[in-house]
Amino acid sequence: MVSETDNLLVSLKDVRFAYGEREILRGVNLKVPRGKVVAIMGGSGCGKTTLLRLIGGQLRATAGTVEVAGRNVSSLNTAELYEMRRRMGMLFQFGALFTDMSVFDNVAFPLREHTDLPFGLIRDMVLMKLNAVGLRGAADLMPAELSGGMARRVALARAIALDPMLIMYDEPFAGLDPISLGVIGQLIRKLNDALGATTIMVTHDIMESLQIVDYIYFVSEGGIVAEGTPDELRASKDPWVYQFIHAEPDGPVPFHYPAEALDESLIGGSAA
Amino acid sequence: MNGLLNFIRRLGATAVEGVWRIGFAARFFVLLLRHSGQSLTRIHLTVREIYFSGVLSLLIIMVSGLFVGMVLGLQGYETLQRYGSGDALGVLVSLSLTRELGPVVAGLLFASRAGLAVTAEIGLMKTTEQLDAMDMMAVNPIARVVAPRFWGGVISMPLLAALFSAMGVLGGWLIGVVFIGVDNGAFWSQMQAAVDFRFDIMNGVIKSFVFGATVALIAVFEGYDCTPTAEGLSRAITRTVVTSALAILALDFVLTSLMFRGQS
Repeated sequence: MVSETDNLLVSLKDVRFAYGEREILRGVNLKVPRGKVVAIMGGSGCGKTTLLRLIGGQLRATAGTVEVAGRNVSSLNTAELYEMRRRMGMLFQFGALFTDMSVFDNVAFPLREHTDLPFGLIRDMVLMKLNAVGLRGAADLMPAELSGGMARRVALARAIALDPMLIMYDEPFAGLDPISLGVIGQLIRKLNDALGATTIMVTHDIMESLQIVDYIYFVSEGGIVAEGTPDELRASKDPWVYQFIHAEPDGPVPFHYPAEALDESLIGGSAA
Repeated sequence: MNGLLNFIRRLGATAVEGVWRIGFAARFFVLLLRHSGQSLTRIHLTVREIYFSGVLSLLIIMVSGLFVGMVLGLQGYETLQRYGSGDALGVLVSLSLTRELGPVVAGLLFASRAGLAVTAEIGLMKTTEQLDAMDMMAVNPIARVVAPRFWGGVISMPLLAALFSAMGVLGGWLIGVVFIGVDNGAFWSQMQAAVDFRFDIMNGVIKSFVFGATVALIAVFEGYDCTPTAEGLSRAITRTVVTSALAILALDFVLTSLMFRGQS
């Protein structure tokens, strides 16, 4: 898959990033070809969301290059960055819907901000997007009246309002019931294929991801520790992949945040 | 010795943090001005904020103005009549309100009512990633969210202060003329003769404009800069009210000393 270098939409080369003194990413290399659905997986706090923010230009890498559609994101000025973001859609973990606007107005927001289309056309486009996520009938509801799954579907409709080339999802399955989880998973795949877009998805949900994605990267301790297609990963004997896919409590994936030995903490009392 | 060193270290860190925040606020203000064009070209965004900051503050401002005027009427008459100048009540009430109490008390009320609401709204938008979402949609949150709220506050405040003063004068008249029995003609004619439009009214308007800009800037900055947690938002709201109140009182002293020095 990664041999399709001429058809890459997103490419990260030796990317390093730190929040102050705390280094989160230590030389990440990652490639996302056009038209594919790629998952970035890993334990909590391993830097998955940071990777999305680096690709979207909300954070700047301290070293290395982040390229989207052949352009180095770190070198773009604000106007160029906004120009690029018009062709991106991002779904935040809890939807990030504008709470003072109805569902309709939320989805219409990017269209009204970036186009001069007449009201009738915007209305038709919004209803089509809402129909794609199964919520055309909820157009007049306010975000407070939606369930978590519905809010995420509305946010998905908003993310695809401008038919983006790249759609990014930050934990799209977090906190969803099994039915909503399946619906969102299928939507992500279908929308990607129908729009001819490229999808990057940050998630913990290995079972759903294996069904809908083309390629998976595993992130741990600041780098990519494993990668492959769903079939390759299912067959993998790599202890890291095995532990994650089979949800084993023991293995190389660290559960504890780095700390001194427990007996030292208890005897020394320094943690308190 | 260690305790002293720690104290000095903390003092230094607090000072650096304070200077850093002032610098960040100044940079934020420049950005806000740079991105204010949309507040004018898409005037409905600003009008909406004038409604939320101004119209929805009308009740508290008008009722407070009425009561402040009534208290001024009572206290003022009590003092003036000792010197046989009860008829000058209108002058005392109107000058107190237009020069000082109108802009200052309306500013304090505005900070508590509208400033707090703006900080809470922007802070909550930040906490729930709405500002990030907007930014990712290539919509500048400073232009779309912050600037209209700032200009809404700047425009609302002088109008609210004027209404506060008007209601205060009405309250003073109600107590002085209707209840105590000060001569109605003397109340209004002495007021008309003593209050100068440029010197008293316009200086009051300038004060209220400055207070409005200060409160609005503090409110939007604190909301935008808050730590995106429940505690961070709570601290930001507290800072808005405290900083606004101190800034209004300090600026009032500075402006009064510049405007009225040796002229009354």
